[in-house]
Amino acid sequence: MPIGIGQYLVVSAILLVVGIFGIFMNRKNVITILMSIELILLSVNLNLVAFSGALHDLTGQVFTMFVLTVAAAEAAIGLAIVVTYFRNRGSIAVEDVNLMKG
Amino acid sequence: MIFAHIFFYVFAIILVASAVMVVTARNPVHSVLFLILCFFNAAGLFLIAGAEFLAFILLIVYVGAVAVLFLFVVMMLDIDFSELRAGVQRYAPIGGVIGAILFLELVLVLGGWKVSPLAAGLRLTPMGYGISNTDAIGRVLYTQYAFLFETASLVLMVAMIGAIVLTHRDRRRSKSQVIAQQNARNPADTLAMIDVAVGAGVKAADIRRPDPALERPGEVVVLPDEETHEPVLVAPEPRSH
Repeated sequence: MPIGIGQYLVVSAILLVVGIFGIFMNRKNVITILMSIELILLSVNLNLVAFSGALHDLTGQVFTMFVLTVAAAEAAIGLAIVVTYFRNRGSIAVEDVNLMKG
Repeated sequence: MIFAHIFFYVFAIILVASAVMVVTARNPVHSVLFLILCFFNAAGLFLIAGAEFLAFILLIVYVGAVAVLFLFVVMMLDIDFSELRAGVQRYAPIGGVIGAILFLELVLVLGGWKVSPLAAGLRLTPMGYGISNTDAIGRVLYTQYAFLFETASLVLMVAMIGAIVLTHRDRRRSKSQVIAQQNARNPADTLAMIDVAVGAGVKAADIRRPDPALERPGEVVVLPDEETHEPVLVAPEPRSH
């Protein structure tokens, strides 16, 4: 294990912050928000893999696989909703999503 | 060992830089391409951490499926993206403040953190020595985590069905079978007894096939004209028998 776990944690913390910053910055564009969520999940995966390598425990890597599964499902469903919404309303701006008066 | 450090910093710097480009790029197609670069560099970091199997799963699943899905959707939807970027200058300071607060909190948490000496005894699935990473994952994934593995497959199947149901459009001109319509069909609606005079032909009796009135209600049927072979529009008209 040549690289210390602290460096991995710093990289994944920066990635998480960049992802959250992306959600706040592009709050009109659903597709970029979904990509920011992918970045956040990637930082989580990086954390899990780093701990798994440092502690010599495979649980982190197995868990990363489930995170990947859920992320893929989330992307597929999210993009399907975006496509359906665009077909019905002709826009994907977040503030136009007000049919349910929420 | 020095090579591992060099590669770690190269991958980490490109990863963070391309992540910043993902959220700040003007064109969403560029965002998706930078996201792909992100995944490649994260796969490099996974390799350095010793997770070879996950590195290639990340490339296959993310770059091969998820990022291409994003690319499809971005290119398929006809969206004016410059309009969506209107409030970026207004929202960027808020996002920057929240990101800075979060980063400070993470630094505070990670600064005083250290691994307990008893942590090695709490490991659920210690890595075996002398077997490859893929081998080791396979040994626990199908035994100890078999239930979670099957649950993950169920999640994927539900997501697949949901995506198909959400985006499936029933094309009105398609020839698909509607069983309810077939069962509800009345012989009187479909069968007409017409006396055709000898030698007059069927055209005089106003018989056209396919019969426009027998198509689904509200549908505009395109039939080729008999002389010019040009398609003509035939409005459906209810016929009484």
